[in-house]
Amino acid sequence: MSDHTYRLTGETGDWEVVMGLEVHAQVVSKAKLFSGSATAFGGAPNTQVSLVDAAMPGMLPVINEEVVSQAVRTGLGMGSKINLYSRFDRKNYFYPDLPQGYQISQFEFPIVGEGELECEREDGSRFNVGIERLHLEQDAGKSIHDLDPNSTYVDLNRSGVALMEIVSKPYIRSPEEASAYVTKLRTLLRYLGTCGGDMEKGQLRADVNVSVCRPGDYEKFRDGGDDFSHLGTRCEIKNVNSLRFIRQASEYEARRQIEILEEGGKIDQETRLFDSVTGVTRSMRSKEEAHDYRYFPDPDLLPLELTEDFVDQIRSELPELPDAKRRRFVEDFGLSEYDAGVLVSDQSRAAYYEAVAAGRDPKLAANWVNNELFGRLNKESLGIGETPISADQLGKLVALISDKTISGKIAKDVFEILWTDGGDPARIVEDRGMKQVTDTGAIETVIDQLIADNPDQAAQVKEKPKTMGWFVGQVMKAMQGKANPQAVNEILRKKFEL
Amino acid sequence: MSVTADDVRRIARLARIAEPTDRIDTLVGELNGILDWIEMLNEVDVEGVEPMTTPVKFELPQRKDVVNDGDVRDKVLANAPKSDEGFFVVPKSVE
Repeated sequence: MSDHTYRLTGETGDWEVVMGLEVHAQVVSKAKLFSGSATAFGGAPNTQVSLVDAAMPGMLPVINEEVVSQAVRTGLGMGSKINLYSRFDRKNYFYPDLPQGYQISQFEFPIVGEGELECEREDGSRFNVGIERLHLEQDAGKSIHDLDPNSTYVDLNRSGVALMEIVSKPYIRSPEEASAYVTKLRTLLRYLGTCGGDMEKGQLRADVNVSVCRPGDYEKFRDGGDDFSHLGTRCEIKNVNSLRFIRQASEYEARRQIEILEEGGKIDQETRLFDSVTGVTRSMRSKEEAHDYRYFPDPDLLPLELTEDFVDQIRSELPELPDAKRRRFVEDFGLSEYDAGVLVSDQSRAAYYEAVAAGRDPKLAANWVNNELFGRLNKESLGIGETPISADQLGKLVALISDKTISGKIAKDVFEILWTDGGDPARIVEDRGMKQVTDTGAIETVIDQLIADNPDQAAQVKEKPKTMGWFVGQVMKAMQGKANPQAVNEILRKKFEL
Repeated sequence: MSVTADDVRRIARLARIAEPTDRIDTLVGELNGILDWIEMLNEVDVEGVEPMTTPVKFELPQRKDVVNDGDVRDKVLANAPKSDEGFFVVPKSVE
C-alpha cells in the first residue's frame, strides 16, 4: 500500500476500490467510419445518414483511411503496440438506434494493443495506468425519449460515426485517479488531434467498472499476474459523461457494494446507470439476454493489414506530446513541475506561453501567463482563444519588467489597461508616465523629506529595523508606485546605517 | 455439438422471432442433423494452419475522408412505419 491508497471504512473494517475504464472517444474525421456521410455536430435529424448508415439491404461498408490513421496515431501517442493485423467483427444486439442489428467493432484482433499512460493526482504525485487495448467501432444513433409520451424518436446522424474504445487495465484505485486518468487521456487526444474531447457534446464518454476488496487483495491480484480471483465482482456504470460524474458515480457505487457485502449479500455482475440528478446508480433492467453478443468476423470487411512504413510515417509526424513538453519546460526554462503542468494541460495554452517566453525571462513569463492571464480568463469564463491580450503584448510587458522599465506593481496596472483598452505596452508606459524611477537622487530627495517629517518613526527604525517597511511604503506612495523598490530599500538602509 | 429445445427457444428470442412452440422437437432434430453433418470437418487436421478469413487475396479497400453521401432524409425514412419532424418514431424504448 502507498500513501495514496484510497480507503472506505465500513462496519466490518476497511475496504479498497479497484476500477477499470472503457473510454469511448469520437474520432476526429469529416466522414463516418464506413460511409461518406458527415460527422458534424448538430445537423437536422437524419440528414447526415447514408443508405449504408441506415443499413439498407445490399449496402456495403468501406473503411475511412483517415480513421485508421487516427487510431494508429492515438496508439503511438499512448506508447502502445500497433497491431499490423486487425479485424472487424459484428457485435449482435437489437436496439432502435442500431439499424444494422449489430455494431461493427473489433473483438478478437484490435488495431492497438497494450500501452501505458502516466497520470497525475491533485497533489502532484504520479501514477501509471496500463492500457489494455484500443479498438475501432461504430457509434449508434440517438434515441430521444421526451418528445412524445408514448414513443421514442430516433435520429441516426451519429450512427456509424467512428469511435475509439480505449480500455484500461483495472489499475485505477480511487475516484480521483479515475478522473485524473480521463483528464490525461483527453489532453493527449487533443494534442494528437484525434478526438475533440468535449464531454458535453458526447465526444468522450466513459463506462466505469467498479469493484471493492479488502486491503492487500489488490496486491495479490497484481502479484499473481492479474489474477482476478482476488478481486470482488464488478459492476459497470454505463456512459458517464463528465469528470465530476465519474467521481460521484464510482464513489456511490463503491459504497453501495460495501453495504451489500457487509450485510452478507453478494454483488451481481451487472450494468448500471448513473443518475446525475439524484447521484445514485441503478440497475439497467430487462437486459438479461442482451449480453449474448454472438461476435463473429464481419463477412463484408476484409482484415485490416498495415505496413511498418505506414506506422513509421505516422510516428514521424507526431506532435510534441504533453509529457515531453512538460519535461522541456522544466529542464530548459527552469519552471516548477506544477507551473509546467498547468501550461501543458492544453496545447494552445502551451503555445501562448512559448510565444510570451520567446527571448524573455521564462520564469517571469510563466508567472504572468499562469497567474495573471489564466487567473483573469478563468474569472471572466473565457478560453485562451478569447484572450483580449495577445502573447505579443504580454511578452512585451514581461520584457519591460525584466529590463526594469516598470515595476511588477505598475505592470499590473499596464495589464489592466491592455485588458480593457489594448495597445502597445511600451507606448502605454511612455504616454502615461509609468516608468520606474531608478534615479537615486530623486528617490533620496523623497526619503530625506520623509525622515525630516517623521522623526519619531525614524527613531523607531534604529531600535527595530523591521519597521523600515513603513518608510518603503511611504516612498512608494509618494512616488505613485514608480520608485524602483530595490533602490528604495538600498538608500533607506544606507540612511539608517542598517 | 448438439442443441436442446431450450437452445432453440433462446436462439429464437435472440433473433426476435416467434418461438416455434409446436415445431420445437422437429427443429431440434433437424438442427442436430445439420450439426452432425458439419462435425465431419473435425476429421481434417488443421494443426498449424491459420484460419482463413476470405478465399480471395484482396486488400481491404479504403475510402478518402470526404463527405460525399448523406442528405437523403426522405429516402432514409421512406420505409419507416412512422416518422415525425424528420425522426423515426418507434414504440417507447425506455422504462
